[in-house]
Amino acid sequence: MVELTLPKNSRVGTGKTHPKPEGSTKTKTFNVYRWSPDDTENPRIDTYHVDLEDCGPMILDGLIKIKNEIDPTLTFRRSCREGICGSCAMNINGTNTLACTKGMDEVSGDINIYPLPHQPVVKDLVPDLTNFYAQYASIKPWMQTQTPPPPDRERLQSKEDREKLDGLYECILCACCSTSCPSYWWNSDRFLGPAILLQAYRWLADSRDENTGERLDNLEDPFRLYRCHTIMNCANTCPKGLNPAKAIAEIKKMMVERRG
Amino acid sequence: MANVERPLSPHLGIYKPQITMVTSITHRITGVALGGGTLLLAWWLIAIAAGPEAFEIANGFISSWFGQLILFGFTWALFYHLCNGIRHLFWDAGKGFELPTMRKSGMAAIIMSVVLTLLTWGISFGIGG
Repeated sequence: MVELTLPKNSRVGTGKTHPKPEGSTKTKTFNVYRWSPDDTENPRIDTYHVDLEDCGPMILDGLIKIKNEIDPTLTFRRSCREGICGSCAMNINGTNTLACTKGMDEVSGDINIYPLPHQPVVKDLVPDLTNFYAQYASIKPWMQTQTPPPPDRERLQSKEDREKLDGLYECILCACCSTSCPSYWWNSDRFLGPAILLQAYRWLADSRDENTGERLDNLEDPFRLYRCHTIMNCANTCPKGLNPAKAIAEIKKMMVERRG
Repeated sequence: MANVERPLSPHLGIYKPQITMVTSITHRITGVALGGGTLLLAWWLIAIAAGPEAFEIANGFISSWFGQLILFGFTWALFYHLCNGIRHLFWDAGKGFELPTMRKSGMAAIIMSVVLTLLTWGISFGIGG
């Protein structure tokens, strides 16, 4: 359902401003969304000042510095710090991206950080992605076959067939695209969202997979696939430069083509 | 465990507006507006059939400055929905998904809808006065 405003317990208030580091001439201001399950308070925005002369260049470096030196209670997910694990996906100055691949110098002025939009918050910048992962499982993201494999080798694929997976296999399931999509905000209980649909197409497009019909049956639904209205926030925000909207259009085309 | 109910993270209020997002929601809004405009048109047509008094009322409203404003908006909504609808036809064929193309086609739909609206009103004022 379309809900333009936030529920009462989710409205964001003003928080604490931590003092500027002494003696530093070059600082960057971070306004960060905070919420803790340990008290009864509403979410708030805390302000931190990061000394740029003693910090790595990426926004994740800034967050880690804040956690290490200013406020150890700040909670966020991170792991690889090189844009391959998808853990540090968050909303930075209005669009979703990975904190580890976004440079502080790409943002003019203050850096405003929120968790991925329209998700239940576990703590601070950590969203609960249970529904997202359940939807991923629902498309059966593994190769399904009817015929037995060749006895002496793997199932092979021509170079051309392998190329059809370019722009699909690179997805790291960071959920930036799905949580940028207004259709997903209003209908995430039934609409699969851009990331999962791109993954669904990744298996539909795989020449070795033999369950195309069943996969399409599973998507033939007014909500699961057809809530995509080509709003394009997904492709605009993808930190890996992929185009989920295009993949969804390909699925829609397959639906029409199989009707003959 | 004081706060057991998890808050919902902010969404529409913090997300940065982008041209593709704006053209999409405008498509839906103009679609709804066209429904209202069609009712106005139906009222006018029914009034013609119903006789001179009914026509006088309907025509009087439509020719008032407020009626003309609605009609102007209706014209723009129609042309915008048409131009953006053409984009949708391309997308249904799987074409025009590259981001630069997407932005250009969005700008084109906006500009064309304004040009066509002004042209239509210019011509109708030129003919009818």
